[in-house]
Amino acid sequence: MNAIVEAMPGLQIETASKSLWALGWQRLKRNKVGFIALWVVVAYLLIAVGGWVNVVASHWADEVAVPYAPPSWITKGKDEQLPPSKHVAVEAGKDIQTMLASEDPIGKELAAAQKNTAKYADNSPAKRETMPFGADLRGRDVIEKTIKGTSTSIFVGIFGAILALTIGTVLGAVSGYFGGKVDDFLTWFYSIFTSVPDMLLLLSFAAVSGRGISTIIMVMAFTSWTGTYRLVRAEYMKLKNREYVQAADAIGASHARRMFVHILPNISHLLLVQFSLMTVALIKYEAILSFLGFGVGVRQVSLGSMLAESPAELVQGFWWQMVAVTIAMSVLVTAFSLLVDALRDALDPKVK
Amino acid sequence: MSQNTETLLSVRNLVVNFRQEDGERFNAIKGVSFDIPKHRTVALVGESGSGKSVTSMAIMQLLPPNNTEVGKDSQILFEGRNLLGLSGSELRKMRGKDIAMIFQEPMSSLNPVFTVGDQVAETLMLHAGLGRRDAARRAVELLTEVGLPDPEKKANNYPHELSGGQQQRVMIAMAIACEPKLLIADEPTTALDVTIQKQILQLIADLQKKHGMSVLFITHDLGLVGEFAHDVVVMRNGEIRETGTVEQIFDSPKDSYTKALLACRPHLDRRPERLAVIDDFLQPIPYAEPANRERGYKADDEIVLEVKGLGKSFESREGLFGKRVFHAAKDVSFKLARGKTLGIVGESGSGKTTVGLTLVRLHQATSGQAFFNGKDLFAMSPREFSEYKRRIQIIFQNPYASLNPRFTVEQILTEPMKLHGIGANDSERIKLARDLLNKVCLPWNSLAKYPHEFSGGQRQRIAIARCLTMKPEILICDESVSALDVSVQAQVLNLLQDLQDEFKLSYLFISHDLAVVKHISDQVMVMNKGEVVEQADADAIYLNPQADYTRKLLSSIPQGRGRVQNQQYLKSDLVTL
Repeated sequence: MNAIVEAMPGLQIETASKSLWALGWQRLKRNKVGFIALWVVVAYLLIAVGGWVNVVASHWADEVAVPYAPPSWITKGKDEQLPPSKHVAVEAGKDIQTMLASEDPIGKELAAAQKNTAKYADNSPAKRETMPFGADLRGRDVIEKTIKGTSTSIFVGIFGAILALTIGTVLGAVSGYFGGKVDDFLTWFYSIFTSVPDMLLLLSFAAVSGRGISTIIMVMAFTSWTGTYRLVRAEYMKLKNREYVQAADAIGASHARRMFVHILPNISHLLLVQFSLMTVALIKYEAILSFLGFGVGVRQVSLGSMLAESPAELVQGFWWQMVAVTIAMSVLVTAFSLLVDALRDALDPKVK
Repeated sequence: MSQNTETLLSVRNLVVNFRQEDGERFNAIKGVSFDIPKHRTVALVGESGSGKSVTSMAIMQLLPPNNTEVGKDSQILFEGRNLLGLSGSELRKMRGKDIAMIFQEPMSSLNPVFTVGDQVAETLMLHAGLGRRDAARRAVELLTEVGLPDPEKKANNYPHELSGGQQQRVMIAMAIACEPKLLIADEPTTALDVTIQKQILQLIADLQKKHGMSVLFITHDLGLVGEFAHDVVVMRNGEIRETGTVEQIFDSPKDSYTKALLACRPHLDRRPERLAVIDDFLQPIPYAEPANRERGYKADDEIVLEVKGLGKSFESREGLFGKRVFHAAKDVSFKLARGKTLGIVGESGSGKTTVGLTLVRLHQATSGQAFFNGKDLFAMSPREFSEYKRRIQIIFQNPYASLNPRFTVEQILTEPMKLHGIGANDSERIKLARDLLNKVCLPWNSLAKYPHEFSGGQRQRIAIARCLTMKPEILICDESVSALDVSVQAQVLNLLQDLQDEFKLSYLFISHDLAVVKHISDQVMVMNKGEVVEQADADAIYLNPQADYTRKLLSSIPQGRGRVQNQQYLKSDLVTL
């Protein structure tokens, strides 16, 4: 074995050693629930990416059915759906002939209009009476709308989380690493943020900055960096006195290098968990914001804006939109939470 | 000694497997059998990974049940009863009453929110069925017996108010509270200073005689057991290598591993060129000790570092406006010669580590000067000092903490070269790193590995290689071999010696272990409570210590069975065993 290994140096290097990430991945694979959750989340993410680049659900806004078309898997035939007005006109035109075309005072105009009928004819396919998953107020397919809405929500959640995480990590790292006056100042700043109830802060930011996806992302990032800040600050306070960081100082590494090359990778597993947690939280926050009318714009759709429509629908008995959103969102949030749990177990740094 | 003593506990063919998280089995104990006779002390000796602690945990039935498998025909017979078949409640009755245990870390074994008196009394109430008042009275008696000063008052103290040695005394009081027949001591002195270690060992030996207990003493240090154990069991890799009375083991060891263990510890009476390592004893040729090395500063030595009046104090706030100043090091002066070693010894809190960290400016000195080639290190601006960082390097105590777990060995070794512009490009730096790995005797393919894939000794080699990448002139070794097993310690000491000979390095060797310091140092400086007690050539200080404190330290060194031949060092009356 040794002889073979020594003959193939590349192979030895590739197979022999495993980074802590690789060990974590192994542990995650052994956790069945976590692994299934991972695939569910991956599937959602694929759909979300498909939604962003308009590969999936790009026609969500088309009004393909009659308003509030109920969910049904049996499609009704086209004949039954012919508009009655045409029959009537044809039948009526057969016998009644009281005037010559030339005598008709509006005959010319009629003839001209007749010529143009083709131009103004409604060539769009007939509106469907039922949809497999139902339709909304404007006759849009609920399933396409849900996919698009999920895609928007995940977009907002992920980018909001990335932004919040960046703010929290940078401030926390600076605060925990340098300590002293810098730490005091940043901690005061943090305390002011946390002293205002989250939802109030969120709503007031949203109220002054108008609607739209980018606004939501900013608003949520500005209000939710605090948890990460606290976590990262504590980790840096602990790790900056570790011997390997002192050793980095002794070999001449700069402050920035020690902060971001030596310490940061050692809390990266915590940041990953924090990121997943925050994505879930922000998806829920977005839903709340949109539900309250501070969310995405009127021409966009998200899980929250769909939920906002459902109270009025439920009163009339149109339940399908709400059910679709609920299922999409609860599966996503549950899978994400299970994944976070599994990640936390798998990445727990049991440095041997 | 006494033959035909009755057996108290016998371990028969003990096999312990651990199921690892990847589903594989790890065979920790491979069929171990030994006896503990009544009224005797049995020492179980082995290095880390030998299975000695697993054996003791198996006796106490404290192994984690969900991933442990004990062999089907294994038996642990305590007075004829097999402990392995007992139910939970039977075991609980037995623990503490028949078998008691003392752990390594007294601080984490005591509950911080109860007074020590309460904790001793609780044991009595549970097992001896005493009432609260009787238990409290008996607790004070026990604390008196284990030599806790002012026991009436100390019984009402919380664990953090006691020193490490006092905490261990409380642990012992709890263990002997119910007059157990067997006392298991799992490395009870590893966390303690050498002078305190001596007292605790003495206490255990006295109690053993007085109560007629049997003691199972678990340790990695063969030197410790010679003084008071009756029988010795040597373990390695889950197997017993040798069993015998203490005289047999020390005077005529049969197993090559036992011989190696005895030989690879640095000696106080001689200083071979190289220390013996285990491999030396596995060779077909019998091991012959190399000639002694002469040590000491010479008149024509070039002085690289001269420290004058180094002081470091820490301030802590007290009350609203008050400040308390703690002097970690006061007026420390010494000279370090090129290619020589200055050893700094002292107990915890003596300020020896502070001196080391201050010299590489990981602490800022409060006063004093350190002239390195004529320039004062402490007076430099951080920018000026960054050039000197390369030339004065430090190796830390704990090889598990001093390497970044997220870096590969390649990153660890090439980073300092990159920072100091050594090597023209990456491939040249990798080549240099590979050469250094070769120099510290690590396989060349270690570059792509991560620190967790190495053992403690190998990690310390990586840390040494990291320092060498910068071609330093001074290397500060801060307890660099203290966390290592005795056999690994010998290898690393040999390596350090080879490197010093090859590169003319100067070492500042900080350690609490006087034997190690004696072996590697030309000059020795003894520190106590931040002050220098004594400073002289290594041989002089050990042969003829001037200060009382130095004498006390020297007398506390475990002597193994070599007590007689080392008698010349032990003039003090402190050695009575």
